[in-house]
Amino acid sequence: MGKYIEMIRMRFLMMLAYRTNYYSGIFIYSINIGAYYFLWSAIYGGQPSIQGMTVEQMTTYVAIAWMARAFYFNNIDREIAMEIREGKVAIELIRPYNYLIMKTMQGLGEGIFRLLFFSLPGMIIVTFVFSLQFTTNVHTWGYFALSTMLSFIINSQLNLIAGMVTFFTLNGEGLLRAKRFVIDLFSGLILPISFYPEWAQHIMHYLPFQAISYIPSMIFTESFTGDAVIKGMMFQAVWCVVLIVPIYVLWKAAKRKLIIQGG
Amino acid sequence: MYAIEVEKLRKEFKSYSSRSGLAGAFRDLFTRNYKIIRAVDDISFTVKQGEMVGYIGENGAGKSTTIKMLTGILTPTSGRVVVNGMNPHKERERFVQTIGVVFGQRSQLWWDIAVQESFRLLKKVYRVSDQDYNEHMDHVIETLDIGPLLDKPVRKLSLGQRMRCELAAALIHNPPLLFLDEPTIGLDVLVKLKIRQFLKEINEKYNTTILLTTHDMTDIEALCERVIMLDEGKIIYDGSLQRLKQNWGEGKQIHFQFRDIVPKEELMLLVDATWEQGEDRYSWIAHVRATDMAHVIGKVVSSYELKDIHIREVSTEEIIRNIYEEGIHHG
Repeated sequence: MGKYIEMIRMRFLMMLAYRTNYYSGIFIYSINIGAYYFLWSAIYGGQPSIQGMTVEQMTTYVAIAWMARAFYFNNIDREIAMEIREGKVAIELIRPYNYLIMKTMQGLGEGIFRLLFFSLPGMIIVTFVFSLQFTTNVHTWGYFALSTMLSFIINSQLNLIAGMVTFFTLNGEGLLRAKRFVIDLFSGLILPISFYPEWAQHIMHYLPFQAISYIPSMIFTESFTGDAVIKGMMFQAVWCVVLIVPIYVLWKAAKRKLIIQGG
Repeated sequence: MYAIEVEKLRKEFKSYSSRSGLAGAFRDLFTRNYKIIRAVDDISFTVKQGEMVGYIGENGAGKSTTIKMLTGILTPTSGRVVVNGMNPHKERERFVQTIGVVFGQRSQLWWDIAVQESFRLLKKVYRVSDQDYNEHMDHVIETLDIGPLLDKPVRKLSLGQRMRCELAAALIHNPPLLFLDEPTIGLDVLVKLKIRQFLKEINEKYNTTILLTTHDMTDIEALCERVIMLDEGKIIYDGSLQRLKQNWGEGKQIHFQFRDIVPKEELMLLVDATWEQGEDRYSWIAHVRATDMAHVIGKVVSSYELKDIHIREVSTEEIIRNIYEEGIHHG
């Protein structure tokens, strides 16, 4: 376990070495949140609530969804694709650890860095500018933290899958870009899932994407209460487990291809 | 017990070739032409614990493929590999704990952060205790003289500095077996000397087995008593460097610098040796057996006026080159 924790620390240090790249990121996220804030304020007009969410809940939803994204989002899919292409994975195989877990830990190190140097200062700026509604309920914060952790795991698992799929396809770049767009759209980052038409909601219920952004954000804005919170987190937990299967199969196949072809 | 046991090891790759032209490219979509290339062809050898072995061959002779099979990165097509008593790819995590690997062409350190952070991570990865680490690594760091480099990011190091750090990184868990794939490539003489001296030292101190591939014969001469020579996937020589030199480099070269121009025919008549023109028209080189040396020099000195004379042994480099050009059985 020590080695995996060390890897988190390592990635954190690496991010710190390039921290100036992130100051512009805070600005971009704030603009994004601002744009959605005004957009939703306009859509609501004078209406007290749409789809069971008040305008305050909606704007808070948008803000928290973007800030949580800073934590769960990472580039390990691109890194894996690159390391496979350049044959660096071969070197990873002479180390006594599991490559995929190491990659996930690097993602976590990156996430913690962004949380501290990006989400928190960003959130402070945003609360000064816009009127957002943060709950004071400790339980809600606790559920939210747990739920965000689960969304990190699911997003990382999807990244591992996408990264490994590029092993078998020639053009990885297009696939990774498509994956990022699908996740932003179907995870509820841009639009809460409850705003989608009935049939789309039905389909999305069988897909893992809403576990990434929609569920933690709904928990945070207290749009989910009681059973809905537990049900949402169960949904996340089940996907965490289910996604292990394709990862395992792909890694087996990728490793076989690697050790036949050479690095 | 042997550190490495290899029996009838074989590795085949499919090599695809594309057809020419548009029609050819279209046909390639459905069926592709390929040849099976045997990169390593039924080789067998054993290495004892504590041996330093030079694994040499031209580019594409199969050196790297062998190393990759020995380290568990590649699976053999057929044959048996036992390294440190284990099958490298079957028991990967346990096996890699017992080897250290340095690829001269590929860095294993983390590029953007200080060297000591990489060391710290590797220490955790290989579960090295603080006590072992301090005892062992203090010495390594001192001998390789990398103390002042530890707090610098890898990208700021020169090649020689980086290579010394790579070597130290491969030794953090003090493995009984070390694979070095062209560790001195592109390094200057001083760094090479330092690295060689260091390798000798750990070999003596810990009885570390070292398998070394290199294109630099001076590395081999300085370190290895035994060489395994590979050509087109086959072992063409396995034995002591000394014997290789005796069989192949027995002769001496005598360089004569004459005061006047001397025709070759005259020299041929004077002594029976292979004569070769030197750098200019005044100089000739005689290839002779060591036992004939005194006789040849005596004859030449008494017949001609000389400006200079010197005797040279055939270098290992030349021996190897000759073997590859003429085949092993010639001598």
